[in-house]
Amino acid sequence: MSTPTAIHQLTDHLFRHESGKMIAVLTNIFGLANLETAEDVVQQTFITAIEIWRLKGIPENPAAWLMQVAKRKTIDQLRKSKFAVQYDFSSNERKLLTSEYTMHSVLETYWQEQPIKDDMLRMMYSCCTPDLSPDFQITLILKTLCGFSIAEIAHALLSNEETISKRLQRAKHHFRNKATFLQLPLPSELHEKTAIVLNCIYLLFNEGYHASSHTSLIREDLMQEALLLGKLLAENPLTALPEVNALMALMCFHASRSESRLTKEGAIILLHEQDRTLWNNELIDLGKAYMHKATVGEHLSAYHIEAAIAFEHCSAKTFELTNWSNLLRLYDWLIKIDHNPINFLNRAIVLLQLEGPQPTAAYLAKYPNQNALQQLSLYFHVLAEIDCITKDSTKALHHYNRALALSTSKAEQQLIQKKIIRLQQKQQVE
Amino acid sequence: MKEFLLLLRGGDGRQLQQSPEEWQQHMQRWADWMGNMAKAGKFVGAQPLSANGKMVSGTAKIVSDGPFMEGKEMVGGYLICKVDNYDEAVALAKGCPILEFENGAVEIREIQDMNMR
Repeated sequence: MSTPTAIHQLTDHLFRHESGKMIAVLTNIFGLANLETAEDVVQQTFITAIEIWRLKGIPENPAAWLMQVAKRKTIDQLRKSKFAVQYDFSSNERKLLTSEYTMHSVLETYWQEQPIKDDMLRMMYSCCTPDLSPDFQITLILKTLCGFSIAEIAHALLSNEETISKRLQRAKHHFRNKATFLQLPLPSELHEKTAIVLNCIYLLFNEGYHASSHTSLIREDLMQEALLLGKLLAENPLTALPEVNALMALMCFHASRSESRLTKEGAIILLHEQDRTLWNNELIDLGKAYMHKATVGEHLSAYHIEAAIAFEHCSAKTFELTNWSNLLRLYDWLIKIDHNPINFLNRAIVLLQLEGPQPTAAYLAKYPNQNALQQLSLYFHVLAEIDCITKDSTKALHHYNRALALSTSKAEQQLIQKKIIRLQQKQQVE
Repeated sequence: MKEFLLLLRGGDGRQLQQSPEEWQQHMQRWADWMGNMAKAGKFVGAQPLSANGKMVSGTAKIVSDGPFMEGKEMVGGYLICKVDNYDEAVALAKGCPILEFENGAVEIREIQDMNMR
């Protein structure tokens, strides 16, 4: 007999892994305007599962069982629509969903492996409509495709449940007014729309990779979800663009180091202190394979260069063996494509390794928008590192404190505090 | 373009005579038949009908229970399609899986415009 706890654990697990597929297929059937219907059917399916499994035990193939129930509930919905025109069945193929003769067989074709993947891909593009801001896009993707609860999304995005609920309501409202079906982008808009989807996936990944105030479980989850979504794009011949493979490579390289980046308590371990034997070689190899695929075509995206940068780090046997001049060249390239202050600061860090404090300070002073730099914790962090090398501990302390004030990540704040304390102890000794 | 009603007669009890697999394959052929029609934009709608029914007849409005006819004549379902003429409607009807049964029959009737005098 299955215990209630075992059933709950299993349904939680299945919800995370299966609900996204179901939502995508159901939204494709009922239309984007009826996203809520799709969510209801999925929820009802899981409620039925919990009730029946409690009585009869867990079936042999729970995922298939769930899909079977979802199909039945879909048919119930389709039958209801005879009495009130809720769904749009005007297209030739969709008309077959209105006939009892055909709805079962036609519905089966929707629930096959490849159509499910296609629907998830369509859902992803639909969530990433330019009408919604990236915050909304990620929230929607986590809710629909990744099976996150509102509480989990709030936790993952360092927000609160009220904000997340509001976002979801507004997004659904937006869809309700646009009676559209899930669609893949037209070839003419493929690059542009894929760029939005990739940005969303990368933000999702970074949320897992950087937000170190999370438990390791949530962080792993977010990275895994980002990789899964990226894989959907990379596996479909229509959407397997070079920039998609480049982002996959980048995420694999980053993910390969995730184990060694933090202590068990969530404190940051700096690159030169990381245990490189903990790096995941399988992921590095996978990243290389994606990198190889990304080299076709002439389009060079920022993801290409960022992946190359991440690979430079992954392929250095020790910190001392890091090829800094290669990295500098890559950052030069990256800045040409994406001239944001973070890339500029990262280049400064490489420059500090290669040429030392004076040239780096001079380089930083050259940045045209000094105001933008002043907003970034990383800027003062770099300045403090320069001060440490030039042994100006008073200035270094001042810069560390400004970096600390601007930092939003708990783990980063702890790291800076540790550096400050070490510096103060050193001052006292001298 | 005209609308035609296809009355699908006979073939009753077919589900009982077949294994679940055979039945599934049979239903797949219905889906294929209608699917091809739908792809060509000729499909309007179709539903199967239950074997039981009621009949109200005459000025006295006498109510009686069905079934009303011999099994081979009973209407088991209908389909409405949009085609240009009877020839085309007949060609479509020939593909109907009800004709897999000896007593199956498809009655084809053009839907008429009702002109007021």
